[in-house]
Amino acid sequence: MNEFTSGFWSWYITIITVLSLAGVALFLASQRTRRLAPGEKAEEMAHKWDGDLVELNNPLPSWWVKLFWITLIFSAVYLVLYPGLGSFKGVLGWTSWGQYDTEMTEAKAKYDPIFNKFLGQPVEQIAADPEAREMGQRLFLTYCAQCHGSDAHGAKGFPNLTDKDWLYGGDGGTIQASIANGRAGMMPQLAEALGGAEGVKQVANYVLSLSGSPHDARLAAAGKEKFMLCAACHMPDGTGNQTIGAPNLTDKTWLYGGSEASIIETISKGRNGQMPAQLQALGEAKVHLLAAYVYGLGGGMPKPAAPEAAAPAAEQAPAAPMTQ
Amino acid sequence: MEVTTYNYKIVRQFALMTVVWGIVGMLVGVLIATQLVLPDLTHGISWLSYGRLRPLHTNAVIFGFGGTAMFTVVYYVVQRTCHVRLYAEKLASFTFWGWQAVIVLAALTLVSGHTTSKEYAELEWPIDVLIAVVWVAFAVVFFGTVIKRKTPHIYVANWFFGAYILTVALLHIVNSAELPIAFFGGSWWKSYSAYAGVQDAMVQWWYGHNAVGFFLTTAFLGMMYYFIPKQAGRPIYSYRLSIVHFWALNFTYMWAGPHHLQYSALPDWAQSLGMVFSLVLLAPSWGGRMNGIMTLSGAWHKLRTDPILKFLVTALSFYGMSTFEGPMMSIKTVNALSHYTEWTIGHVHSGALGWVAMISIGSLYYLIPRLFGREEMYSMKLVTTHFWIATIGVVLYIAAMWIAGVAQGLMWRASNPDGTLTYGFAQVLNQMYPFYTIRLLGGLLFFSGMLLMAWNVWKTIRVGKAVDDAPIPAPARA
Repeated sequence: MNEFTSGFWSWYITIITVLSLAGVALFLASQRTRRLAPGEKAEEMAHKWDGDLVELNNPLPSWWVKLFWITLIFSAVYLVLYPGLGSFKGVLGWTSWGQYDTEMTEAKAKYDPIFNKFLGQPVEQIAADPEAREMGQRLFLTYCAQCHGSDAHGAKGFPNLTDKDWLYGGDGGTIQASIANGRAGMMPQLAEALGGAEGVKQVANYVLSLSGSPHDARLAAAGKEKFMLCAACHMPDGTGNQTIGAPNLTDKTWLYGGSEASIIETISKGRNGQMPAQLQALGEAKVHLLAAYVYGLGGGMPKPAAPEAAAPAAEQAPAAPMTQ
Repeated sequence: MEVTTYNYKIVRQFALMTVVWGIVGMLVGVLIATQLVLPDLTHGISWLSYGRLRPLHTNAVIFGFGGTAMFTVVYYVVQRTCHVRLYAEKLASFTFWGWQAVIVLAALTLVSGHTTSKEYAELEWPIDVLIAVVWVAFAVVFFGTVIKRKTPHIYVANWFFGAYILTVALLHIVNSAELPIAFFGGSWWKSYSAYAGVQDAMVQWWYGHNAVGFFLTTAFLGMMYYFIPKQAGRPIYSYRLSIVHFWALNFTYMWAGPHHLQYSALPDWAQSLGMVFSLVLLAPSWGGRMNGIMTLSGAWHKLRTDPILKFLVTALSFYGMSTFEGPMMSIKTVNALSHYTEWTIGHVHSGALGWVAMISIGSLYYLIPRLFGREEMYSMKLVTTHFWIATIGVVLYIAAMWIAGVAQGLMWRASNPDGTLTYGFAQVLNQMYPFYTIRLLGGLLFFSGMLLMAWNVWKTIRVGKAVDDAPIPAPARA
């Protein structure tokens, strides 16, 4: 790979570098002096400052000069072997990209079979395999714990993966799809559409009432009609829709907080939940193993009867959280 | 009329502020070290958050403490070794007030969240402009004084000061090239770097490493070249060595920046050059150390009784250690382990506490009695105590960070038979707590030493009297 916009810069770097190292070497060589005979005192320079500051003129310590030469010779050899002099690649042909590729190829050859052996097994079955769970946990701690926490309990904006409350569905296939392709949970800003702050407050209280949380009944009643706008995603009864990741509002699990203030913030400003896609970075086998690990954390759900039909899935999934 | 006295007033002002900024900077250091042990210590108070205090700590100790110490010493040494009163004294006075304003503004803006986010160059553009103006004034005063000197030769310390002043001006101005958004109707306190992407990173670390090189090495070697021969009462070991290592050090340092970007997006050739020149830097760095240590030949017995000499020589030992460690850490394979770990923090502090702070403290203990008409500090016993507290503090600090850093690097790369990482990030972090606690203890000790110093300085001033009539002796004619 050539990083230079023209051949000129490569020569520029090369010439300056070679001249600099050679210049330092010449300078060092020019400063050699006779070693002092045993018992001979170094000459004192004829300068004197501030009363008593004077200088002897001892020769350069010979071990120090040798050390200097060793580093200079090492540098010259290094720049012949490795890239450094402009676009000259070095005799060994080493590049940092090359080193990365070699290490990755070796790692793939060594480790891929270990992961690939699980590929043929369904997620539910792997989740019961202690060895696979251990491997899955290691992957989880490296790639997932940053957001979902080491214990997978999540945090504000990052779902808890150990309960049975799922945004997109808790069966093996859906979990794997969430990890592989990522998810983008988009709650639009609705302050304007709901008629400003008052409207938002009413809807927020209606939302609180759906889960039986403390709320202002008068405001909630006023918000009920406005909730029709929300029903498009969250369903008229507020139980949500897993095909688009719209949360169930009738349980007490809250992704961004269940206080009146948080709900008002969510409604008026919207939310943008981003689960990044992992397939390209991790490959199918690791994603499969991670899905099994997450499935086995306690929230795994049976496969919906007719996974391709959206409507039954939406009906079935919300049933579980309400029983929590 | 011929001026017959030195200007000690400016030296006194800077000397006292050095102690003040040392205490402030190290106190913030202690606070952020505590935050690493107790992460919720200042939870919810934005201006006491780690992210804002950390740059405040580095700026306060490097530019507040270190910079003010250098102004002190440069103004004292250049007068005494040129046998003339300071050139352009009003300008010198401006550098004092200007530099103090820079530090105060730095503290105010950093804690309120204004930052360019470039390490050691976090200050926003209005402060950058002020720094440049103060620095040019500093250069005028220094070089003006050197030009009107009465001695035929320029003393070696002044070579180092000159190199320091010139290169820091160059580094600061080039790296701080930035576009204020105020020109487009935005805030007066935000700018963006003139460079982009990996070029920005390269310019930043060319600056960053040379801030270490010229601000914290070249400058303080100049300090060493005055105070060690003075305190030891011995001639400098080798004039020739001082010439060779001066030119080699300054020439080579300029190349070493890319070693901060090993295994990054920086092209391989630049990474290699950074490493190679960092290794070449080893001998030139040690040249100064050898010259300082060998200057003591014939005066080693003084080390037993003289705490000031203890400070100066211990500083040289830490200097030697960290300038050996630095080239080693620039080697790609070592860097792959050490980079991003606590080892780097240990390395920096063996230089910053062990070398920069120790040599400055020793020099101040030499200087302050002379500025206040005393033979020596109010309590030399306390100076000895300070020395031991500080030394134990540094050793605890850097030993903890070395062990923590190497453990951290090894744990990060440890892998299981299936190729997954053995330790999660939080697991590694958990292992750091004991070392963070030891580091805090080391830092606290070093900080307490500064408090002892402040008290000792205060008492010295109380019993002494400001000297404003130090006579300029006729230079010796050879």
